Amino acid sequence: MALPGARARGWAAAAKIAQRRRHAEGARGPSSRAPLSSRAALYVHWPYCEKRCSYCNFNKYIPRGVEEAAMRSCLVTEAQTLLRLSGVRRVESVFFGGGTPSLASPSTVAAVLEAVDQAAHLPADSEVTLEANPTSTPRARLAAFGAAGVNRLSIGLQSLDDTELQLLGRTHSARDALQTLAEARRLFPGRVSVDLMLGLPAQQVGPWLGQLRTLLGCCDDHLSLYQLTLERGTALFTQVQWGTLPAPDPELAAEMYQEGRAMLREAGFRQYEVSNFARNGALSTHNWTYWQCGQYLGIGPGAHGRFVPQGAGGHTREARIQTLEPDNWMKEVMLFGHGTRRRVPLSQLELLEEVLAMGLRTDVGITHQHWQQFEPQLSLWDVFRASREVKAQLAQGLLLLDHRCVVGGGGLVPGGPGSPDYRSTGPGGKRTDEEGPVGAGCFVPLDSED
Amino acid sequence: MWTPVGRGRGHGRALTAWASAAAHRGLLEPRRTPSRGAAATSRTLDRLYSSADRKEKIDMSRFSVENIRNFSIIAHVDHGKSTLADRLLELTGTIDKTKNNKQVLDKLQVERERGITVKAQTASLFYNCEGKQYLLNLIDTPGHVDFSYEVSRSLSACQGVLLVVDANEIDLKNADPARVEKQIEKVFDIPSDECIKISAKLGTNIERVLQAVIERIPPPKVHRKNPLKALVFDSTFDQYRGVIANVALFDGVVSKGDKIMSAHTKKTYEVNEVGVLNPNEQPTHKLYAGQVGYLIAGMKDVTEAQIGDTLYLHKQPVEPLPGFKSAKPMVFAGMYPIDQSEYNNLKSAVEKLTINDSSVTVHRDSSLALGAGWRLGFLGLLHMEVFNQRLEQEYNASVILTTPTVPYKAVLSSAKLIKEYREKEITIINPAQFPDKSKVTEYLEPVILGTIITPDEYTGKVMMLCQARRAVQKNMMYIDQNRVMLKYLFPLNEIVVDFYDSLKSLSSGYASFDYEDAGYQTAELVKMDILLNGNLVEELVTIVHKDKAHSVGKAICERLKDSLPRQLFEIAIQAAIGSKIIARETVKAYRKNVLAKCYGGDITRKMKLLKRQAEGKKKLRKIGNIEVPKDAFIKVLRTQPDK
Repeated sequence: MALPGARARGWAAAAKIAQRRRHAEGARGPSSRAPLSSRAALYVHWPYCEKRCSYCNFNKYIPRGVEEAAMRSCLVTEAQTLLRLSGVRRVESVFFGGGTPSLASPSTVAAVLEAVDQAAHLPADSEVTLEANPTSTPRARLAAFGAAGVNRLSIGLQSLDDTELQLLGRTHSARDALQTLAEARRLFPGRVSVDLMLGLPAQQVGPWLGQLRTLLGCCDDHLSLYQLTLERGTALFTQVQWGTLPAPDPELAAEMYQEGRAMLREAGFRQYEVSNFARNGALSTHNWTYWQCGQYLGIGPGAHGRFVPQGAGGHTREARIQTLEPDNWMKEVMLFGHGTRRRVPLSQLELLEEVLAMGLRTDVGITHQHWQQFEPQLSLWDVFRASREVKAQLAQGLLLLDHRCVVGGGGLVPGGPGSPDYRSTGPGGKRTDEEGPVGAGCFVPLDSED
Repeated sequence: MWTPVGRGRGHGRALTAWASAAAHRGLLEPRRTPSRGAAATSRTLDRLYSSADRKEKIDMSRFSVENIRNFSIIAHVDHGKSTLADRLLELTGTIDKTKNNKQVLDKLQVERERGITVKAQTASLFYNCEGKQYLLNLIDTPGHVDFSYEVSRSLSACQGVLLVVDANEIDLKNADPARVEKQIEKVFDIPSDECIKISAKLGTNIERVLQAVIERIPPPKVHRKNPLKALVFDSTFDQYRGVIANVALFDGVVSKGDKIMSAHTKKTYEVNEVGVLNPNEQPTHKLYAGQVGYLIAGMKDVTEAQIGDTLYLHKQPVEPLPGFKSAKPMVFAGMYPIDQSEYNNLKSAVEKLTINDSSVTVHRDSSLALGAGWRLGFLGLLHMEVFNQRLEQEYNASVILTTPTVPYKAVLSSAKLIKEYREKEITIINPAQFPDKSKVTEYLEPVILGTIITPDEYTGKVMMLCQARRAVQKNMMYIDQNRVMLKYLFPLNEIVVDFYDSLKSLSSGYASFDYEDAGYQTAELVKMDILLNGNLVEELVTIVHKDKAHSVGKAICERLKDSLPRQLFEIAIQAAIGSKIIARETVKAYRKNVLAKCYGGDITRKMKLLKRQAEGKKKLRKIGNIEVPKDAFIKVLRTQPDK
C-alpha cells in the first residue's frame, strides 16, 4: 500500500508538462499506432454518493463511512490484475465515474493513475476525466484532483433550474453549478464538460432552451445532453407511476433535443455522438473508445469492461462485469486480485453487432476501414447491400452507405453526410480526408430505451 | 317484445293466445331468477297422471287426433318461458319433480346464461284429463327474431300458442300486473278474463294452463288415412346416428322401414327409427297424423333435413307444405384464429357447430393481416354472438371476429358485368367485390323494421338515436300511460354493430328492441379505402353509406392511430372515397429515448433492448414501408367490445 504521493505526483507532474506542450501545438493528439489489442481505456467506478438522486439507478451506495484506504488499495490491485490479464501495454484514457468520484480523495485518484502507469504505460497526454458533483468539489479540491493527474472534468450540472434540481434530488443549486463550472474552466481550460438533462416531468421546451442558452454563455468546449429515462426502482419512476408527477412528454423531449442540437450547432459545436457535443476538437477520447468498440477495462464495484484477456492466453473479447456490492467486491479483490463477477465471451456476430450499434451513434458512422478491423472477410457492402431493410432505410435517408462508410442519420443536416463539402475531425483533432469518415447530423433509428 | 310470431311469415294460421299475469310477491325474489310472477290463488289438484313406462316402446296409435294438442309457448326474453315449460314437464311426469329442474329444454350453456332459447326443443306430454288421455306436444321455439324463420316453421306445426307475459318484471321498478292486463288487451286484443295468472316459479295454476290447452286449442286437422306428409321443423346431428329430424305429421303414418323422400332435395331415405321427444328421444313403433316426434333416416348432414322441408313416402308424393325457404344469412363476419397454428382446431370446431346449424354459411377467406379464416353468414346478430360463444365455451376456441357487415346488392347496368355475373342484381358480401358506380344503376341495402318499447321519458333520446342511425319512423304509440312503442325502418347495417348497446345505455336498460326483415331499399353506398401514406390497406376496405362515410372513416383512422406503433417517419392515415380524402389522422414519427446516459460502458443493456425490438418486428406486416402489427388490424377489424 505504499503508493502515494511522491510517485503519483511524479506521473501527474510529467503529464502536466506534456499536456502544456500539446496545447501549444494546437490540440493535435497523435493517435496511437499500437495494435488495438494492446491498447485500452480504463473506467474506474467510485460507488458512493452523499445522497440518492431521484432518477439514478446506477450502482451506487450511500455509506455511513467509507474505508477509503481499503477502497483505494482494492482499486489499485484490481487495476493491476486486469491490466496484467488483458496484456494491455498502453492506457489511452481513464475515466473516474460513479457514484460520485469527486467524493474520493485526490490521493486515491493519484494512486490509481500511478498504478496504471506502472502496470502499463499511461502516456502523459492521456485523457483523465473525473465526474464532479458541484457541491462536493470546492476549488481547492478541484485543484488537488488536477495535481493528482486529472486533466478533464465532467460536471453533473443536470439543470439550471432549482426546482428541477430539487425534483432530481440533487444537492446543489443552479448557482453552485455555475460557480463550479467557472472554477473548473479556470483550472482545466478547454477540458471541462457539462451534463444537461432534458425531458423531465413538466419541463417545457422554451425554458429548457433558456437554460441551454445560459449554459452556452459560460460553458467550455464539451457538453452532453441526456434525456431522462424513468428507471424502475427510482423515486421518480414511483412518483410518475402514482401520478403525483406527470409522465415526461416524449414529444417535448424530442423537440428539446432537436432545438438544442440546432442551438449547439449554431454555437460551433460538433455533435459527434447522439448525446455528445464538442467544439475546438474537445471530443472525449474515453467515450469515443466505447462508440468505436475499443477495448476498455472496468475496475471498481459494478464496472463494465470489454477486452481480450490476452495476458491469460485468451483470444476472444469478453464482456465483463465486476461484483456490484462494494464490500463483497473488496473481499473478492483481496482474495483473488479482482472482483470480476461475470465474463461473457462475445461471439464474432455479437461483436459486430456492437460495432454497428455503437458506431451508428457517432457522426462518422462506421468506416470501411473501421469495419475491417473487426471483420476482415466480409465488407460492409457484402453484409448490407442485399438487405431489404437497409435499402428501405437508405431510400428514406435514414442511413447512408457509400464508398466511405455507413452512417445513420434521421434528419440530415447541412454539412452532414451526403453533403460534398463535409469534413469532419475524429477525436484528438485528427482531420479526415475524402476516404475517411463523414459526419451525420442525426442518428440511428435502431436504438431504443424503454 | 311481445311476440315475433304472425308477422308476415305467411303460415296463415290463426293463433289462440292468452296471457298470464300475476301478482307481485316476486318483488322480493333475487334479481337473476329466471321465473317471474307470483301466486295469487291456491295450489290445487294433485298430479293426475304419470307418463307411460319409458322402457317399453309406446304405442302411439292410441292417441287419436281429437286427443292431440300441438302448442308452443311464446314469451319475451327472460319472461320465464322455459321455467313454465319445466313446470309443465314436471306436472305431466315427463321429468322428475324432485330434481332441481332448471330450463330442461334449454340444453346449451349459452341458452341458460343468456336466458334465451337458441335451439328449439320439443316435448310430448302425456296428460290425463277427465278420464281421457291426451297427448300434448309442446313445441318450443327459439326465442329470438334472428330465428324467426325457424319460429315460423315450429309454429306452423302448432294449432295454438301460450303467450307468457311477465307482469312482474322485478328488474324494473315500475312493475304492475293490472297495467300489464290492460297492455295485453290493448296490444293483443286479448280480454283480461282470458288470462290465467300463474307463477311458474312456484307452480301455481299450472294445472289450469294444461286444462286451457285442452279446452281452447283445437286438435290438428289431419288425416291418418292420407299419404304421409311430414313437416321438418328442426334437425340436430348425432355423431353416431346421423341427422335427427324433428317432424310434425300433417297426414298419414310413418314407421321404421318406410322409404321416404325429401320434397326439397328429392333424396330418398329409409327410416331407421321413429319416436317421440320426451324431451329425450324415445322410440315408438310408429308416428301418426297430428303427432310430433323425431325420425332418423340415414341423413348425413343437417342440410339434408332443412327446416320447413316436407317428407313423404317415396312412392306417394304429396304437395309440399308452404313456406319453405333456405336459410338466408343477414349478417356476415370474418372469423380467424388468433394464432394461425390454431387453424385446424378452429376448422374442426366450426365444422362441428355448423353440422348442427345449417343456417350458418361458411366460406373460406384469407386476410393478409389475419391469415386464413372464414367468412361466415349468420341469420342475425344474436345468432352470430351465440355461435362465437359456443365456439369458445364448447370448443375452447378463441377467435378474432371482424366487425359484422350486411349483404348489399347492386343492380348492374354494365352489360359486360351482367354477362359475367349472369344476373342483373348481385349480392355483395365482400367489399372487394363492390362494383364501381359507373357500372351500376343503383345499390341496395337490407332494411329491417325495428320495434322499440321504452318508458316515455326516454322517447326523445331514443328518437335521436334512431335518426342518427338513418332510421325512418313508421309508427309510434303509447301502449300504456308511460310506455311507448316506436317502429322504425332501419338500414340493417346501422344496427349490426352497437345499436342495441347504445339503446340500452341511453334508457338505463329499460328500452327493448326487436326487429324483422323488411327487404331492401335503395341506398347511396360508397366504397371507402383506408390509406397509409398513400398505400391502400386491402383489409380495411369498407362499404358505407355516403352520409356515414365521414364518421366511419374518422373512427377507423382514429382506431388505427391508436394502435399503429410509431415508425421512424410520420404516417398519414387517410380514409378516401375514390381520390377524395374524407378523414385523416397522423402518427408522428418515432420518439425513442436513445439519449440515456450509458452507465460505465454498459453497452450490453443497449444491445439487449435492440434485440427485443428486432423480435417485435417479425410480427409486422408491411404496407408500403409502414410496418403494421397484427394487433393493429385486430383492433380495427374486430367487433368492438361493449362500451
